[in-house]
Amino acid sequence: MRRDPFVQLQDVVVKRRAKAVLGPMNLELSGGGFTIVLGPNGAGKTTLLKVLHGVERVTSGSVTWSVSDKTAQQGQAYVFQSPVMLRRSVRANLAYPLQLLGVSKAEIAERVAHWGARIGLSAVLDFPAPHLSGGEQQKLALARALIRRPDTLFLDEPCANLDGRSTREIEDILCEATQAGARIIMTTHDLGQARRLADRVLFLNKGQVEEQAHADTFFIAPKSSGATAFLNGDIIE
Amino acid sequence: MSGIWAGMVEAFLLVWSLDADLIDITLRSLKVSLSALVIACAVALPLGTWLAIRRFRHRRFVIATLNALMGLPPVVVGLIVYLLLSRAGPFGVLDLLFTPTAMIIAQVIIITPLIASITHQAMRELWSEYHDLLISLNTTHGQRITTLIWDGRRTLMTAALAGFGRAIGEVGAIMIVGGNIDHVTRVLTTAIALETGKGDFALALGLGVVLIALSLCVNLTIHSLSRTEREGRW
Amino acid sequence: MIRAILFALICAGTAIQAETLRLAATTSFNNSGLSDALLPVIAQDIGLDVQLLVVGTGQALRLGQSGDVDAILVHSKEAELAFVEAGYASHRREIMYNDFVVIGPSDDPAQVMAATSAIEALLRIAAAQSTFVSRGDDSGTHRKELSLWAAAGSDRVEFTSWYREVGAGMGASLNSASAMKAYILADRASWLNFGNKGDLALLFSGDPVLFNQYAYLPVSAERHAHVKAQAAWNLEKWLVSPRAESIINGYEIGGEALFVFNARP
Repeated sequence: MRRDPFVQLQDVVVKRRAKAVLGPMNLELSGGGFTIVLGPNGAGKTTLLKVLHGVERVTSGSVTWSVSDKTAQQGQAYVFQSPVMLRRSVRANLAYPLQLLGVSKAEIAERVAHWGARIGLSAVLDFPAPHLSGGEQQKLALARALIRRPDTLFLDEPCANLDGRSTREIEDILCEATQAGARIIMTTHDLGQARRLADRVLFLNKGQVEEQAHADTFFIAPKSSGATAFLNGDIIE
Repeated sequence: MSGIWAGMVEAFLLVWSLDADLIDITLRSLKVSLSALVIACAVALPLGTWLAIRRFRHRRFVIATLNALMGLPPVVVGLIVYLLLSRAGPFGVLDLLFTPTAMIIAQVIIITPLIASITHQAMRELWSEYHDLLISLNTTHGQRITTLIWDGRRTLMTAALAGFGRAIGEVGAIMIVGGNIDHVTRVLTTAIALETGKGDFALALGLGVVLIALSLCVNLTIHSLSRTEREGRW
Repeated sequence: MIRAILFALICAGTAIQAETLRLAATTSFNNSGLSDALLPVIAQDIGLDVQLLVVGTGQALRLGQSGDVDAILVHSKEAELAFVEAGYASHRREIMYNDFVVIGPSDDPAQVMAATSAIEALLRIAAAQSTFVSRGDDSGTHRKELSLWAAAGSDRVEFTSWYREVGAGMGASLNSASAMKAYILADRASWLNFGNKGDLALLFSGDPVLFNQYAYLPVSAERHAHVKAQAAWNLEKWLVSPRAESIINGYEIGGEALFVFNARP
C-alpha cells in the first residue's frame, strides 16, 4: 500500500494577483508519522498544505500522488486553522462526512458515539456546534476529520489559541492516529509542539523549501541560515 | 379617515359573517400563491445556491440578469403569459388561459427571480463559510447545494416569504391571465380592483384588510414553525 | 422535479369541471349588476356555468378573435359587424339596449344641462374647456364617445389638457372623474351602480343617438374548433327567451329600469 515518496511536487508555482506565494518548488514527501511544516508568517505553509490536499489550484507545475487522485482524495482529511462548523448539531457535524460516503446508519451512529466520547462531547451531541467554545470546536473538527479514518491528515495550526489541556488532548488524539497508521502533515507556530511530535521537518521561507530534514538533525543542527535564525527566535525578514 | 374606518368595519363584518364568497376568494388566493411559491422555490432555491457556489464564464451576467428580472413588471409578465397561453399562441391547445393554473404560471415567473436572487445573496455568505470544508470533503455539486440549502433554511425562509408576499399581493398579471372570473379565477387582489372599479371603496378596503391579515397570518405561522424547530433538536 | 411541476399544473388545471362557457362581456354589463341577476338563473335553467370575463369591447373582440372565449356580449355595432364579416363569429344577435348619459360636476360649468342634443352637450364642454375624462381604452363606451366627437366635427387631436384619457374601465374612469370634478360619458347602468358619486350628477340623457345596443356573438366554431358551440347556442336561445326578457326589463336600480330587451326571437 505505502509507496514512498507518497507525493511529488514538480515546478509548482502558486500565484495570487500575479505575485508568487509559493514556489517554484520541487518536493518529495515520504514516510509515516508526523511531518511538521515550520516557517515564519507568510512563508507559504498553509498554501503548501492546501496544494497538497488539492483544494488550492497550482498556477503551474504538478502535484502527483503515488496512488490515483481519487484514492488520494478519499484518503485525505484536512483540519483548517479556524475550524469550519456546519450550522448543525455536534452529532450532525460528526455524521456529515460519513453520510457523504454512504456509510450505513448503524455504523454512523456507532462511530459518532465513539468519537463523541473520545473528544469529551458526549453530553452535548445535540447542541449546536457553532455555539461550542474554541477548544471544543477544534476537537470536533479533528474528530470529524478522523471519523473517515484517513490515511493522510492535514492540520493547519491545530492548537493555535488553545490552552495547555486542550493542546494535550489534541496531541494525544493525533499520536493515536499515527500509531493507527495515518500520516500527519501539520503546520505549527509552537516550537515545543514541533519538537514533541515531529518525525520530519519541512522548513519554508518566502515560498521556498529551505530545509527538509529528520527532526533529530533539524532541531540539533539546522543547515540553512533561515532555519537557524528561526530556531533561535530571530526575526526573519 | 372616514373611508378607512368604513373599510375596517366592512372587513370586520365580512370576516365575522364568514361570508361564503370571501372564504372562496381567500382560499383561492392562498391556493394560487402557495402553489406558485412551492414551484418557484423548487426552481429558485437550487438555482440561487448553484449560482453562489459555481464559477463560470457568464456568471456575473446571469446574476445581473436575475437581479434585473427581480423587478419584472407583473403586467408585462401577464401579457406575455397571456399571449403564450392564448388559443392563438403556441400553448393554446393546453386550454390554460383564464384558469388558476395560468395565474400560478404567471406568479411563478414573477417570484422565481426574486427568490433566486435573495437565495443567491444568502448562500454566497454561507458558502464562503463552508467553502473550505465542503471542498476538502470532496463533495459533489449536488451535495454542496443540498447542504447549503439545508443549513441555510432559515435564511431561505425569508426569501420564500418575500416571494409569497409578492405573489399574494400581485394583481396586474393575474388579472390578465386569470380574467377575474367569479368563482373561478377571482382572488383577493382582483376582487379589490373590481370593487374599486365599482366605486365601492369600503368593500374594497375590507378585502384589503383581509389580504393584509392573511399575509400576516402566513408569515407568523411560518415564523413560529421555524422557532419551535430552533428550540428543539438541531 | 419537472415531473412534480407538471403534476401540480395538471392538478390545478383540471380542478374546474362541469359544463362551462366563457363569455367576454363589457364592464357595463357587470358593473350594472345585471350579470349577477342573470348568471344564477342561467345556471339554474340550462345548467350552464357562464364564466364571465369583464373587459372592454376592444379586448372582448380580441379574445373572441383568438378563440380564448366561446362567445362575447358587447356594444359597438360597427366593430361587431366587422367581426362577423371577418368570419370570427357566425352571426350577431341583438339582445337589449341601455343608454349613455353625460355625467359632470353638479354645478355644471359648461351648461350641459341646457343642451338639446348629445352633440351639443359635448360641444359645450369643448367650448368651455371643462375637464373631460375619456375612457381611452378602446371599449364600446370609448368608441361611442369618439363617434360623437366625430359627429360634432371636433378633432380630438386639437384638444388641450382639459381632455384626459385615463385608459381605464368604466368604474375607474368614474373614480377619476369624481376626483377631478370632470365631465364623462358613461352608461346609465354603471352610473347608477357607482358608489363614489361625490359631487357628480347626471346632466344629460335621452338623445336617441346615445342608445347603446348590446349584441351577442358566438365565436365561430369553423375558425376555432375547440369553442363550445352547442353551449354558446344554448345560451343564445336563453338570452332571447321570454324568461330573459322579464329579468332584463325588470332589472332596476333605485327604481329605475336600466335595460330594454329588444331581441327578436
